[in-house]
Amino acid sequence: MLALKLAYRNLIGGKLRTVLNVLVLSFAYVMIIWHKGLIDGWAVQAERDMINLEIGGGQYWHEQYDPYDPFTIEDSHAPIPELAQAAINKGTLTPILISQGSIYPDGRIQSVLLKSVDPKQTVIDLPTSHLNVDIDEIPVMVGANMAKNNKLKIGDYVTVRWRDVNGTFDAAEVKIVHIFKVDVPTLDGGIIWLPIERHQKMVQLPNESTIYVTDKEGGSIGALPGFNFKNHEFLLADFRAMIQMKYIGGAVMYVFLLLLALVAIFDTQVLSIFRRQKEIGTHVALGMTQGQVIKLFTIEGGMHAVLAAILGATYGIPFLAWQAKIGYAMPVDSTEDFGMALAEKIYPVYSIGLIVATTLIILIVTTIVSYLPARRISKLKPTDAIRGKIQ
Amino acid sequence: MKNSVQISIVDLIKTFPIGKGEFTALNQVNLSFNKGEFTGLVGPSGSGKTTLLNIIGSLDVPTKGTATVLDKSVSDLTKREAADLRNNHVGFIFQTYNLLSVYTVYENVELPLLLQHKSASERKNSVIKSLEWVGLTDKINSRPAQLSGGECQRVSIARAMVKEPEIVIADEPTANLDAKNSHHILQTMEKLNSELKTTFIFATHDEKVIQYLKRKISLEDGRVVSDEQITK
Repeated sequence: MLALKLAYRNLIGGKLRTVLNVLVLSFAYVMIIWHKGLIDGWAVQAERDMINLEIGGGQYWHEQYDPYDPFTIEDSHAPIPELAQAAINKGTLTPILISQGSIYPDGRIQSVLLKSVDPKQTVIDLPTSHLNVDIDEIPVMVGANMAKNNKLKIGDYVTVRWRDVNGTFDAAEVKIVHIFKVDVPTLDGGIIWLPIERHQKMVQLPNESTIYVTDKEGGSIGALPGFNFKNHEFLLADFRAMIQMKYIGGAVMYVFLLLLALVAIFDTQVLSIFRRQKEIGTHVALGMTQGQVIKLFTIEGGMHAVLAAILGATYGIPFLAWQAKIGYAMPVDSTEDFGMALAEKIYPVYSIGLIVATTLIILIVTTIVSYLPARRISKLKPTDAIRGKIQ
Repeated sequence: MKNSVQISIVDLIKTFPIGKGEFTALNQVNLSFNKGEFTGLVGPSGSGKTTLLNIIGSLDVPTKGTATVLDKSVSDLTKREAADLRNNHVGFIFQTYNLLSVYTVYENVELPLLLQHKSASERKNSVIKSLEWVGLTDKINSRPAQLSGGECQRVSIARAMVKEPEIVIADEPTANLDAKNSHHILQTMEKLNSELKTTFIFATHDEKVIQYLKRKISLEDGRVVSDEQITK
């Protein structure tokens, strides 16, 4: 209690020195919470978008299907099992057929994945209803990045070539009926979406599919022969691993920010040992033990973190709340460029755990950097300290 | 405590290492100080005055011999016991005042009482009383930078006296003061000595101080060369 009182007095008496240290530390404090909140918000948004648009409550994959091995796609299809058909009829499951093909925009060739879905499905939020048109051509829709990269517009025709189940090449003109914008790159880049019935006819796989997406509220509907259920944990594992890497990358920034603040405090404390030797000697002469002096200086340094939290709260709470409300526009051109689900605006999410953990980390680290120079005091002879004799 | 002897120094030797050799700061010193003395250790620089004061104040320990302060052998004290002795029984007055610049006059004087864990009301009463002794109640909220040298030393005296210690050690208390302020400080200390029976031990080579002393101990090269009572 005494050390706290004296440390507080010393800090308040330190005026500008204290203000500068506390200001830098509070800036680090607010920035760390903001940046970590941004990544947390990104993770929440991206997972939500992936669930709503792509993976629903989980997916059934054909046992051969491996999205990272294009050679498996050719054989990854099977007739729709009865249980699945019942769920499709109830609207809690939707099949997706996947095959490989090529398109020829402006005379160039580009490999694409043909993914087809029931235009009337309501399991995922992909705007498939646009495919529900009655035209002679095959109606397709593409993502905004796919359209941009291939200079495709609504109403354009493009040649698609594919191989059917027997390996016979075929081709047709498809019409772009819709271009959608999504934050999930695996729905956009290199993919052409078409109605599943047309697709099944094209590849001669009537009533077959590659994967099923379950309703996001429902999840697994039981075992489907020839298909394996993939839950969220599996389907989001890659994304979560990438987010984890972003956390590690973010930690570099935290360390940098903290270093800035801590170097200032460390400097102040080291300087204090030399500049305030007389003060230390005086404390000892007045009856403090060297241990008490170390405690005083350590608490004095550590209290920077407390003051920084208070100062940080005064301008940080309005700033963080404002950011959570208006969001932060990520400085990348598109989700495809970024390689993972990324909304145009990220709305930071600040959890109690984040704030408490950040506060504790800053408090502990500040106390440690204050303790290290304070420990030197124990080597100071009181008789020399009183005279302010530099050792 | 026998015959009110507060401090007893017997065959005290203090050496400091210098390079590969050593410097003898005090050599076979034998002294005793009774309660209520107003004594000066006089001698040129390097004669061992400050070293002796540091040992009496339990800031340092003898190399050989014994220094007993208030029945406690300084050599045998743990760091905690030495701190307790300083905290409760010994007041220090320094040549350069050693006031804490970020504290007000009140806070500087209050500090020893905080270390004694006195209550707020006790602290307040003692601080005010102490500042009245030195005539500085009007400067209670000033900081050391706003005070003259004489005023700073009076604050230093108030800080040393606030806990009403048995012994006050003053190392060259007037060295940084002009004649007027020096006399004022010495008169204040003389008054406290006679009213409170506090033992004052000075290290000085200032003639102005010497004229106030009741006992003068002269040191040269770490040895006591004379020890005389001064009758006024």
